[in-house]
Amino acid sequence: MSVSHKVGTMKSKQVSSFVMQDEEEGLDTAEGEEWMQGKTLVKPPDQLDLTEAELNEEITRVLKASNPNAPQNVVRYSFKEGCYKPIVFVDQMAIHFELEGNLVHKESDEGRRLMAKQAEVDDGGGVERPDNVAIKAAKREQKLTNQFNFNERASQTLNNTPRDISCQTEPPPRANFSATANQWEIYDFYVEELQRREKSKEKHEGQFLNKEEDKSKKKMIQAETQNDDISQLAKAVKIIERMVNQNIFDDVAQDFMYFEDASDEFRGEKGTLLPLWTFQYDKAKSLSVTALCWNHKYNDLFAVGLGSHEFTQQGGGMLLFYTLKNPSYPEFIFNTASGVMCLDIHEHLSYLVAVGLYDGCVAVYNLKKKTDQPIYNSRASSGKHTSAVMQVKWQKDDLDSNHNFISVSADGRLVSWTLVKHELVFTEIIKLPVIDTIPDDLKDVIPTVGTSLDFHKQKDYSFLVGTEHGKIHKGSKYYSSKFLEKYDAHFMNVTRVKWNPFHPDVFISCGWDWMVKIWDQTMKSPVFTFELKTSVTDVAWAPYSSTVFAAVTTDGKVHVFDLNINKYEALCQQKVVSKKTKLFNIEFNPVHPIIIVGDDRGHVTSLKLSPNLRKKPKEKKGQDLPKGPEVEIAKMEQLLSSMR
Amino acid sequence: MAETVDGKKEDADYKRLQSFPLIRHTDMPEEMRVETMELCVTACEKFASNNESAAKMIKESMDKKFGSSWHVVIGEGFGFEVSHEVKNLLYMFFGGSLAVCVWKCS
Repeated sequence: MSVSHKVGTMKSKQVSSFVMQDEEEGLDTAEGEEWMQGKTLVKPPDQLDLTEAELNEEITRVLKASNPNAPQNVVRYSFKEGCYKPIVFVDQMAIHFELEGNLVHKESDEGRRLMAKQAEVDDGGGVERPDNVAIKAAKREQKLTNQFNFNERASQTLNNTPRDISCQTEPPPRANFSATANQWEIYDFYVEELQRREKSKEKHEGQFLNKEEDKSKKKMIQAETQNDDISQLAKAVKIIERMVNQNIFDDVAQDFMYFEDASDEFRGEKGTLLPLWTFQYDKAKSLSVTALCWNHKYNDLFAVGLGSHEFTQQGGGMLLFYTLKNPSYPEFIFNTASGVMCLDIHEHLSYLVAVGLYDGCVAVYNLKKKTDQPIYNSRASSGKHTSAVMQVKWQKDDLDSNHNFISVSADGRLVSWTLVKHELVFTEIIKLPVIDTIPDDLKDVIPTVGTSLDFHKQKDYSFLVGTEHGKIHKGSKYYSSKFLEKYDAHFMNVTRVKWNPFHPDVFISCGWDWMVKIWDQTMKSPVFTFELKTSVTDVAWAPYSSTVFAAVTTDGKVHVFDLNINKYEALCQQKVVSKKTKLFNIEFNPVHPIIIVGDDRGHVTSLKLSPNLRKKPKEKKGQDLPKGPEVEIAKMEQLLSSMR
Repeated sequence: MAETVDGKKEDADYKRLQSFPLIRHTDMPEEMRVETMELCVTACEKFASNNESAAKMIKESMDKKFGSSWHVVIGEGFGFEVSHEVKNLLYMFFGGSLAVCVWKCS
């Protein structure tokens, strides 16, 4: 059977019908018998219905090699002949399927090009192709441009060798902490804290020590948490001031501590006084020094009372406190309404200072308080002295543990003042006896001026009072009507009377009659008498020896005596101030070998005693010092009895 | 009667007296300590009823200010043991009954 196929076309229904038909026919004729049993003939709906005769008709088909679709009547225009000509031979090729390939022949140009490209790519990988060299050669041939002018240069810089560095930081340090948070713990802690705060408040009030602090106390300054920055600054500034002063007066400070006059060995018995610092205050220029007192607790602090001795020249007064650590400016300055005549610092409570004024008032200052005013003032209370207070001395606390002090004044009364809460309560102790020369009716009016007062070191009920008339009265606190003893000491004013710090019976007195006299209280006449050519204004015993004392006179000289060494002459008579300056006060420092002297210009000069003046009495080992002098006093007694 | 009145007064007093912020233990430097304490007080006052929010506020602020990994515990009754970076621990009381513990550990 001949079948014609169409190119690449979908099978149409007609074709399928042909195919089906053929298949059916084929099936029918070939294997008709087998299929006849089970199958019924399936007829497509558009099958041609042919008669039997038509069905049996033979149709002849012929296969040709010619393309039935090729055109058989192609006509082309021929330019040569200028007309259309039919083309006989038509291409009979029928292309059923065409697919463009991508295979390239190796030897062709394109193939070679492609292979060269491939070679370049593969060069880095180190893949060699046999065609590479050829390709490269071809390339190089291309690159060699101008052999004469063209120059190729290449260089390679030195590359630093790369190194690996790694680092690991230390992790921040850790610590463990554990605690429990309970209600009771919290409460307890709060209560503690409140207590602590209260304590610190109390401390803060009482802790402000106005006295100079050692430089080691700087730590305390930092510990005291002050809200006030200025006050903290003030303390720092104070320390700096002291340091600056120490630097300025460095040589003086060195002398004070270490200098011992070597020439004393060659001087025999005599000694000298080495001037150290001079203390002066601008505003005190017109005032003269009337009182000096060392502080017992802080051995470099001393008080200076300034006023005027002259009756006609009374103005204000001042109370200054200097420390050896700062010679250029006083530590404390108090202004008083009238001139200060005397002052005393309490032995144990070294912040309490009693002053006696020219107008008869007494006042007590508390150095701890920052105010300028005295805490007690006898101005308001009755019983104040009607005349200048010449001497004040602190006493031991009375039975109610109130502080008290005794004053003697120019109105002839000895009064005890007690510090009770906010007042000064006065108690009259005794009135100085009037001298005989005054007529009876004036006895009440004209008092005996008491000029000096001193209490015994051991038996503090016993005291001595010096008067303007030159008498010294010995009294006792227990007897308020009478004095125990009277000594005709001087012809003029007794300026100072002082008990010997060691010997219980010996005292010294000095006066305007140029004399210094040493007494034994049991005897009516003095044991030793020294004449010093001008009025003696003050005398003081040395704290380190019972036989050493010093006196100052109005000619500006200081006289130092040691009875152990020389009974008749001073070991040192030295003028320490400029001409026409009178010296009024002298005090020995309780610890250091220095003395301070006050003059009428308001200056205080400090002097160091040379070794000759400081010779301690020879003591046998194990013997206390007081006993030593007693041996000497006994010697003195012997001398005296021999003199009698 | 008077006693109960006094008792009440005392309680009120104690509450007033003891509600100030009080540092129980710290090894922080001064500035850091002050700042942290103020932050804790602010947070606790702001979130008085919610400890978690207060702690969150504190922790986030501390992380921002002083670096990462702070831990904060606020409460009225707890015990603890922690490892902390040195100089980065604050343990304080506040409000009479609150305890705050702040520490850094990365």
